[in-house]
Amino acid sequence: METTPKNISRRNFIKLSGLTGTALTLGFSFSTSANELDIWNATAAESSGVELNAWISIDTNGKVTLMNHRSEMGQGSFQSVPQMIAEELEVALDQVNIIFAPGNGRKYGSQVTGGSSTIRGSYKKLLRLGASAREMLIETAAKKWGVNKSECYAENGTVIHRASGKKFHYGELVTEAAKLEAPKDVALKNPKDYKLIRKPLPRQDTPMKVNGKAVFGLDFKLPSMLYAVVERSPRFQGKVIKWDDTETKKVPGVRHVLKVTRDEFGNMREGVAVVADNTWAAMQGRKALKIEWDDTAFPHHSTEELYTKMREQVKGEMISFRTMGNTTSAFAKAEKKVEATYETPYESHSCMEPLNCVANVTDDKIEIWGPIQGPDWIQQNICAHFKLPPEKVIVNMTFLGGGFGRKAFTDYPYEAVMISKEIKAPVQVIWTREDDMTIGPFRPGMVYQCKGAVTGNGRIGSFETKISGQNMDMQNPGADKTSYNGSDTEGFLEGYFESIPHYSFGDSPLDSPVPVMWWRSVYSSTNAFAFESFIDELAVQAAKDPIDFRRQHLGERYQLLMNKLEQVSGWKERGKNTGYGVAITECFSSIVGEVVKVSKTADGKIKIDKVWAVMDCGWYVNPDIIKAQVEGSIVMALGAATKHETTFKDGKAVERNFVEYKMPRIQDIPEIEVHIMDNEEKAGGVGEPGLPPFTPALTNAIFDLTGTRIRRLPFSLDKIG
Amino acid sequence: MASITLKLNNKNYTIEADPKMPLLWAIRDLAGLTGTKYGCGIAQCGACTVHLEGVPVRSCSVPVSSAANKNITTIEGLSTDNSTAVQRAWILEQVPQCGYCQSGQIMAASALLKRNPNPTDKDIDTAMQGHICRCGTYPRIRKAIKTAAQLMTQK
Ligand code: FES
Ligand code: FES
Repeated sequence: METTPKNISRRNFIKLSGLTGTALTLGFSFSTSANELDIWNATAAESSGVELNAWISIDTNGKVTLMNHRSEMGQGSFQSVPQMIAEELEVALDQVNIIFAPGNGRKYGSQVTGGSSTIRGSYKKLLRLGASAREMLIETAAKKWGVNKSECYAENGTVIHRASGKKFHYGELVTEAAKLEAPKDVALKNPKDYKLIRKPLPRQDTPMKVNGKAVFGLDFKLPSMLYAVVERSPRFQGKVIKWDDTETKKVPGVRHVLKVTRDEFGNMREGVAVVADNTWAAMQGRKALKIEWDDTAFPHHSTEELYTKMREQVKGEMISFRTMGNTTSAFAKAEKKVEATYETPYESHSCMEPLNCVANVTDDKIEIWGPIQGPDWIQQNICAHFKLPPEKVIVNMTFLGGGFGRKAFTDYPYEAVMISKEIKAPVQVIWTREDDMTIGPFRPGMVYQCKGAVTGNGRIGSFETKISGQNMDMQNPGADKTSYNGSDTEGFLEGYFESIPHYSFGDSPLDSPVPVMWWRSVYSSTNAFAFESFIDELAVQAAKDPIDFRRQHLGERYQLLMNKLEQVSGWKERGKNTGYGVAITECFSSIVGEVVKVSKTADGKIKIDKVWAVMDCGWYVNPDIIKAQVEGSIVMALGAATKHETTFKDGKAVERNFVEYKMPRIQDIPEIEVHIMDNEEKAGGVGEPGLPPFTPALTNAIFDLTGTRIRRLPFSLDKIG
Repeated sequence: MASITLKLNNKNYTIEADPKMPLLWAIRDLAGLTGTKYGCGIAQCGACTVHLEGVPVRSCSVPVSSAANKNITTIEGLSTDNSTAVQRAWILEQVPQCGYCQSGQIMAASALLKRNPNPTDKDIDTAMQGHICRCGTYPRIRKAIKTAAQLMTQK
């Protein structure tokens, strides 16, 4: 499989992939009459004037070319999408070439890779696309042989007539097949017959990631491209008063110094860019720059101030999101009850590849290359800023060295475009690690106040959570600050809402200049710590086994997962001198349960011995990719629970690089065992849902071992009472 | 500015650079080999690891002048066809996720195995603890190093 991350219109697509007009090309289209998705034959679409977004094309050699509309940031959609197409199309995976689609929201539907949605959002459509092409090829072959198409089947890139054993290669059929209309309804394969789906096939992008050939954003170069670094206001909303670049201009290789802005949720943030012949010269030039900032117009918060406010706010009035019954009176009347406050820190995404973007502005268009999670959002943003139609703004995706939500944010390409336009040359803007870690946006810090009661028969009688933290949706100018946060219950199992008689969830948003944004698994990454720790505290009140306690509240799908988790982790046989903790959360339509086993070392530190995870993501493609994603999610959660946090002092982020923002290292990582539930439920996400349950499972395990309840993150495993 | 000769993967590159420029940026921006990555710039993450006369170094923290005329191997120079035991093991164990840190991880693992063809878990911890993987591929890195050790004995 080859990759060509290039800009492609449909015509270009056909040319680029070395195909001729005789190829069979099928794509999706939002049909003009009904607003529903249709599969179209390219020729038919063209003559009916339907704008087609080409997805797959089979040429006369039988080679399949596919356009992937999602960016690849590590979660393996690069692999999963061709695996689905190849399955239904009945071709070998190595017959499939893949091209990344450029940003164009209108043509491809939302291309934002986030919410673990690549498979979730489109798997049925992708399967249908492959199946439609297969059926058209079978129909063509049957016609040629003058037989009924039910007598024929497809296998390994050929159509076979069952009785006679006669064969046509796909390549021999495409010209004729291209004249057919795409079938209205196609039967998808029975999962029992899958040859590629559900198999742990190796990722196609691995070879180029072990020899330096994969091109990430930072690796993309254009002829005579210049390099820029930007000094941005260290206090988030500072404005440039003036600067002195006398020393900067003396640095060999420095070419330009100019003021730039960056579009952060519609607020223009300011900075000064230094443009040079190479990255190092730009960095040196920036060091020599003296900028005077005006940062009088907004508060300079410290971490203490932010949390003091949030602790105050959870005591006050909430904007109610979801309630049932009356938690106040249920709590007042209950005999067995608990109250607890949990706090989670601000975090930086710290993708290994710092932010960067290449832009080339020419007379007739703007072209962008970079590690981009949301190409269509960036296209819209740039079109709006520069008042250009979409066809003049081309957004190309490279490989992403991690995204985790940060690279879905549209701020960083704008700076590059602005600079390129001004200096009339292609330019790459590079964020240093320090820029990446201190400018944000960050995962918002949160405070949760929980009150709950258990009934006489040991069930949850009431569950109340008051939340304070910055609402990510309230940062645009003119945002409605009085509306609830629709994510207040993210991470909480849907099943609980059916079995808890009194519950209430509401929030009181914190106002602060700190920019905040999705961080892998979004609000679930923090909510789950509060919810699943609190469920554990309620289980203690009820004097019940933590798994049994949860099981009695939840329906069959959850029960099956818990049974599996109990069995694989040896939960019932757990011995003395070890602590076991469990947590189960729901995120992006997948349910994940994790058990963590801990023990104490001779010098009194906590050691994580093992983690078991059971993932129920419904219909899935590649079990090995799912396992890798869950492993990675657990490592990322471990870091946020026990290693790092972003703090603020005098309005600035304190942690600037990995010296202060400590990452988990290889020696910190326990054995991780991942299991996947097999069922035919709707496909859920896999890139994020493994993250939320880890931390509460860990702190619940520590409670089991030591009796110490951890209610603030991060904490040190070396210092537990 | 000085004229400096870099011997990268057995090929000579003559570049004009500030002698204090870190080797990393000379390799990436001036010689144009982008397999070696920038992650922190302060010897904390290992993404920029190359071999200098066979020894793994953080190229972000080595001035280009001190690497002049010495043999430097980058990820591109390990093999042309992914044939080294470490690269094969990395593919077998499906280590990379985003892949960004992997050049550094592979360079470190290759150096470890050259020194110590049969590393224990402790040896692996010591050799690899300077390498951050934000995607969390650590369990697979450990496994792949052991697989590579085995592959090496089969040759
Ligand atoms: S970039 Fe050199 S160690 Fe991080
Ligand atoms: S694979 Fe992404 S940082 Fe290691």
